[in-house]
Amino acid sequence: MRGADYVLKRTVFAIITVFVALTLNFVLFRAAPGDATSSLRGCRNCTPEFRDALYAELGLDKSKLEQYWIYLQGLAQGDLGLSFVSRQPVWDELRDPILNTLPMVGLGYLFSIVFGILVGVIAAWRRGTFADWGGLLSALVFYSLPTQWLGLMLLILFSGVLPSSGISDPFIEFTDPSTWEVILDRLEHMILPSLTLGLVLYGEYALIVRSSMLETLGEDYILTARAKGLANWAIVWKHAFRNALLPIVTLVALTLGYVVAGAILVEAVFSYPGIGLVTYEAIFSRDYPVLQGAFLILTLSVVVANYIADLLYFRLDPRISA
Amino acid sequence: MSVGPDVATGDIPAPRLRRPLDATWRIVKTQPRATAGFVIVLFFVVVALTAPWLAPYGVTEKVGPVFEPPSPEHPLGLDDAGVDMLSLMMWGARVSLVVGFAAALVAMLIGGTIGLLSGYFGGRTDTVLMRMTDYFLVIPDIPLMLVAAAIWGRSLSNIVIIIGVIYWTTTARLIRSQVISLRERVYVKRAHAVGAGHGRILFRHILPQVTPLIVANTVLTVAIAIFAETAIAFLGLGDPTLTSWGKLIENAFSHNAITVDAWWAIVPPGIAVALVILGCTMVGQAIEDTLNPRLRVGHLSVRRFRLRPLQGTDQV
Repeated sequence: MRGADYVLKRTVFAIITVFVALTLNFVLFRAAPGDATSSLRGCRNCTPEFRDALYAELGLDKSKLEQYWIYLQGLAQGDLGLSFVSRQPVWDELRDPILNTLPMVGLGYLFSIVFGILVGVIAAWRRGTFADWGGLLSALVFYSLPTQWLGLMLLILFSGVLPSSGISDPFIEFTDPSTWEVILDRLEHMILPSLTLGLVLYGEYALIVRSSMLETLGEDYILTARAKGLANWAIVWKHAFRNALLPIVTLVALTLGYVVAGAILVEAVFSYPGIGLVTYEAIFSRDYPVLQGAFLILTLSVVVANYIADLLYFRLDPRISA
Repeated sequence: MSVGPDVATGDIPAPRLRRPLDATWRIVKTQPRATAGFVIVLFFVVVALTAPWLAPYGVTEKVGPVFEPPSPEHPLGLDDAGVDMLSLMMWGARVSLVVGFAAALVAMLIGGTIGLLSGYFGGRTDTVLMRMTDYFLVIPDIPLMLVAAAIWGRSLSNIVIIIGVIYWTTTARLIRSQVISLRERVYVKRAHAVGAGHGRILFRHILPQVTPLIVANTVLTVAIAIFAETAIAFLGLGDPTLTSWGKLIENAFSHNAITVDAWWAIVPPGIAVALVILGCTMVGQAIEDTLNPRLRVGHLSVRRFRLRPLQGTDQV
């Protein structure tokens, strides 16, 4: 059965990728030149006794292989270690930020997919016209702008109109708000970061959708459909778009890696308390356990998204075999 | 790309591409999109090269009050330390472009080598190399870069290596798929039959054919590398001793240029980065599109209605 075979293959691939990510995470942080303590802030001149105690606490006195085993065991129990700064478990530090990031990223993603597909399809359909040039130009411009810079520009443009930082109005609690007001307040704070992320992604999607549509519009079955006298919209949406969808699905999954990166930049600009901001702050305070935990979670989310895309791809394209 | 039935008859002549870079150059010259992109990038390269002579002031020289708005003497205003923004922009071009080109070169060498070997030898070599590429492709790039830069330290060479080592994957995959189709061509088989070794076939017969694709990909990677540099610099991991465009954005942001409405400290570096990325993307995509005959026809296009060119008849 080809289905079971394919799913099994992708599953094995996803699991191995997770292991590669886990190992990379370990190697990057612990087998790096020097070690965690040599770059610990303020520990450059610490006493040998203190250093030894720190070594023992971080488990650095054991062999690398032993450390790796302990690290995997810890992970299996959901233990990501303790933050250097707050001395709290890393997972506790990351949980709420993740929940804050998800709706913000989701909103931006949705925006970019809807507009990217619309503009890309129309540009390909009206190839060589003003609509094509306009769509292509806007896509290229947004694709070229650095994420953080676009965020700053929106910040300048909408200063005073929309909240520029944080996730909620710090004074809202004093006004005894209804649930609806709280949600509205959250949404208001989400608009600018989501829009920044959405606009940058929009550029990339529109470009890919356009070229993917151009390829399918050149196929012979489009000529057939046209000869049959089908309406243009039917040709575009029912015949061309359906077939152009395949690379788009892969792209949407692959760009999740970018979304994750964009979230770091966007959250740094808007001080939005999500996992990106935690990463940003962990870099500054040299809080390696938190940085490591955040990196691991970001990587895992991308691996999982890719796995889902692989399965979706299989559903969409009956030609695929393992 | 399938090779089609002409393989069986064996009358594909060995393509004449004595100087593969000439073919690429011809695309840049004849495609308006590519020419425009090339001119934009060339402009910034010239600015970067001539910065020591053209920059009106030094990059540490305080020439006026903090965040002074643009004026005739200082067309782009002054930054948070009273330094001339125009001079900073010109010197910043050097660092940003060096990072972009050097990192793309690293990526091209790694990706090109892996793609060539993987596509040419196939079999187990291919499986191992492509699996490796797949893993690299999945791991999110910017977080990996941040972690690496945070751990290994913030120097220019580190940043170049980190960016280069991360962005070779797409090059490797593209080159591989191209090489796989070239390997089966008759002229390659013929060269093999005459007794040419692997090295000779790879360097004399296959590499010249994929050169335009490698160039297109490298140019696109330059754009990505410059983009990545601004992200690294913005998150405070850029080389602290050098001025790059990314650093200028970071500097303005962290010194509250927004709250004092000093847009002139933020807008120019962003536009410069965007223009270089736009230029590189235009050149790279124009070359790629020219190489892909499938994009040339549209059965629904409003203006033109052309027949698909026969495969293999339009060698670029």
